[in-house]
Order: sequence, then structure tokens, then C-alpha cells
Amino acid sequence: MIDWALIAESLPAYWKGLQVSLILMAICVSASFLLSVPLAIARVSPNPWLAKPVFLYTYVIRGTPLLVQLYMIYFGLAQFEWLRESAAWPLFRNAWFCAWLAFALNSTAYTTEILAGALRQTPNGELEAARSLGLSTASIYRRILLPSAIRRALPQYGNELVMVMHATSIASAVTIVELTRTARDVYYNSLAPLEAFGMVAVFYFVITFTLVGIVKLLEGRFLKHLRPKSADIRPTEMTPA
Amino acid sequence: MTDAGPVERSGQNTVTMMQDTHSGRPLTPAPLPSGEGFPALDPARAIATEKLRAENLRKSFGAVEVLKGVSLAADSGDVIAMIGSSGSGKSTVLRCLNLLEKPNAGRITVSGEELRLTADRKGELYAADPAQLQRIRARLSMVFQQFNLWAHMTAVENVIEAPIRVLGLSRKDAVERAERYLARVGVSHRKDAYPAHMSGGEQQRVAIARALAMEPEVMLFDEPTSALDPELVGEVLRVMRSLAEEGRTMLVVTHEMGFAREVASRVIFLHRGVVEEEGAPAEVLTRPASERLRGFLSNSLK
Repeated sequence: MIDWALIAESLPAYWKGLQVSLILMAICVSASFLLSVPLAIARVSPNPWLAKPVFLYTYVIRGTPLLVQLYMIYFGLAQFEWLRESAAWPLFRNAWFCAWLAFALNSTAYTTEILAGALRQTPNGELEAARSLGLSTASIYRRILLPSAIRRALPQYGNELVMVMHATSIASAVTIVELTRTARDVYYNSLAPLEAFGMVAVFYFVITFTLVGIVKLLEGRFLKHLRPKSADIRPTEMTPA
Repeated sequence: MTDAGPVERSGQNTVTMMQDTHSGRPLTPAPLPSGEGFPALDPARAIATEKLRAENLRKSFGAVEVLKGVSLAADSGDVIAMIGSSGSGKSTVLRCLNLLEKPNAGRITVSGEELRLTADRKGELYAADPAQLQRIRARLSMVFQQFNLWAHMTAVENVIEAPIRVLGLSRKDAVERAERYLARVGVSHRKDAYPAHMSGGEQQRVAIARALAMEPEVMLFDEPTSALDPELVGEVLRVMRSLAEEGRTMLVVTHEMGFAREVASRVIFLHRGVVEEEGAPAEVLTRPASERLRGFLSNSLK
């Protein structure tokens, strides 16, 4: 029934596709994380000149499908003659660059909202305590606000990582031979859809649950302070020196 | 000290309060000779000097004026208990002193250094020089009703943070200092615990250690026992009493009349945003001059 020989034979191709998918995900996720930290800070800023543009950006990006965004960047921008004649054209002609840009911009929008939500949840008292001890605004962001918000955002950010992983399959639409494109090629060559797509499903499944596992490990390490730990509340001792 | 005109009871404190050596100065903040390089803590100089002075603090929230010109002064070693019913503005006074709340008028001086204030468009005062504000805040550490420990840090991390970032201590020195103060308030055994895993009393004692680790000139306590279960109040009050006995300058907003009577060197009774009465606790609490304080005391002693 199942053509095991075909699977065995196409494994090296899947392996290559997996590497492409993972690299694509890694460069997109690192860019989006680095971008979303300052954007989230701007998003929760009381200054409307900072907050509104970021809101507009995340609103537009979250309101349109990723595939459309990728087509706009890869096919749409090529219509502008000034771009074709500019120094940036070699970049925009490159499928990898366009995929990276589209995915990073998309994921940045979602990550910004996740992080902004977590920043808003910071208890005001913790900020007052920091201010009352003379910490500078920069120190408060670096030591109190961001560390506590990023920790709080971790579970949701784990979901975002999984979404980005799955979204990399869209790169197959602009000629990048990643996992999904590999599966499609195997299918075209063999006309065995179950083997071709079943195999790629298994790959995605394994990556997804590895990611989930990593995030769970990080949560265990960084969210210790939020876990209820009733056994830890021991009777108090009073020994003032 | 306004219209009610309380009688000066306890000699030195109230007198220093009113006799301003710089009394000729206008209310606009005068620039200080030079803001920087102020020595942090000099025990020799600290004896019987004025640590904190607030003059004519006013604060409105919208149309409601909650502080109608409150003045107070604390000399070195003073333990001032601020009492009053809820809504009298006592917490707001404390929060105006380190500018967690922006007053609409007033002057704040810490050990002779006046905080330079400028009015914003809404008429609220903010620090003209953020660096000066940080320096002044570091010298007035505050203990909050809700403890306000940083939840993602352990007890010891909470205590070392500000000494490292604000005072510039090395990590090693800060940890040493933190361990000393955690031991001082009796929570050494909890130094690696997160706030959520501690009892309220332990959290508040860690918060006191965090304030102590700044080696401040004045400690501000904003209802430090109000959020605690009754059986945990005692452990925090004992720590505060022992700090007072060490000669620390403390300004305590409290509902604990026992603490005010036994530990405070002076009591200030605030009513509707004015200092209604003040003086030595033995005087003020046993022979209240005003009807309002009598009413307040009979209610709170029930």
C-alpha cells in the first residue's frame, strides 16, 4: 500500500528542504524579535506620534494574508521602475530576500502586539518601586519592564514561533525549495500524494513539537516566579540582628 | 500647618519646622550652587540636621484638591507617624515627596538640597533635572503598601538591583550588602525565593531590606502593614520599631495607633488635605485638641 521505497529514496531531498525551512524560520524570527522590542515599546508609549504609526503597521499587516504580502513584495514591487533601477533591485529580485522580508514584517507585527500586551500587564507598583529607588528610565526598561514582559509573553510567543514555522511553507510560492516545495516536487515526480505529503506532515509535526518542547523548557526556567508553589511557603522566622 | 493653627507642643521638632532659616526666599525654586557631587551619607554631618523638608505641598486630582498646603520637616532620627482617615491625603503627601505624584505647588528639600521643579502645561510640577530627581529618590527610599517587589526577581535580586544600577556598587558588594540587610529584617533564609512564593510579611520585610540597601537618609513607609493578614502585621512592625531604635529617620503613613504611640517621635494628623494637629504622640494621641482628631481616634481605637 504505502511505497516505503519512495519515502526512503526521497529522504535526502526532504532533509535539504528541512534545512531550508529551518534557516528561513531562524532568520525571520531573529529579525522579528529584534524589531518587535522597540516597536512594542513605541506601541505602549503615551506619545501618540510613536504609538499610532506602530498600531497602523500592525493593523494593516495583521489584516492581510501573508501570501498576499509576499506576492506584493516579490511580484508587486517589481512594477516600479525606480526600484528596478535602484541599488536595492538585486535584493528585491532575490526570492530569499523577499520571503525573509515578508515573513519578518508579518511576524514582527504579531510579536509586537504580543509583547505590547505583556508590557501593558506590568503591575504599576513594580514601576513605582523602581522609580522610587532612583532607577533611570533606561534601567527600568532594561531591568524591570522588558525582562518581566518577555517572560510573560513566552507562552504566546511559543505559538507565534509555531505559526512562523508553518508560514515558511508559503515561501514555496516564490520558488524557494523548502519542505513543502520538496513535497510537491516528490508528488509531481511520483504521483504518490499520500507518501509525498504525509512525509512532509511528519516533518512539520516533529519540528512543531520540538519547538513547543523548547518553549516549555524556557518557561520552566524563566517563569518559575509565576508557578504556584504552596509547599514553599514555610512558617516565617523572626531573627532581627 | 495652616488655618487650624495647632499649638506647638513638642519643643524642637515643630519649632524647626516653622523657623525656616531660608524663610525670606520666594516660592519659586531657587537654583542651588551646584547640583552634583552631593555626598551620600555622612554620619558625622547627619547628627541633628534636617533631613527632609516639604513646604506648602498642594495637589489636585481633577477638580478635587487633596492637599491644601501641607508642610513638614524631619530631623535626623525623627520617626514621624502620619495618621488620618482614608482620603485625608496622607499617602499623597508621601508620594509627592519623591514625585511619584506630581504636586501642583510646593518645595521639597532633602538634606539641604532643594529639588528643582518646573510646572508642565497642566500646572503640575515635575523635576527640572531628571538626574537630580534620581539622586534625591535614591536618598528617600520608599516601602509600599502592596510591597511592589519585582516579581521576576528573587529576594536577593530585588535588593541588589538599585544599589548596582543607582549607587554603582559592584555585584559582589551589593550581594554582601543585601545579605546583611536581609538578615537584619530576618528573611535571610528566603533570599533565593521569588516574591510570589513568600508570605506577605516576608515580602514586606524584603521590601524593607530593598529600601535599607540604598542606605537612605529618610525612609518613607506608605501604610506598610495595611495589606497584611493580621497575624503578619507584628513581624513587620517589629522590624520597623528596631529601625527606629537605630536612629533612622522615618516617615510612616499608618493606621497602627499602637505604633504611632510607642515608636513615633512625632505624630501628624492630616484631615482633608491640611495638617490638623501635630506634636509628640503622648500629647496628640491622649489629649487631642481638635474635635476631628478626637473623632478619628475614638473610631480607630474601637
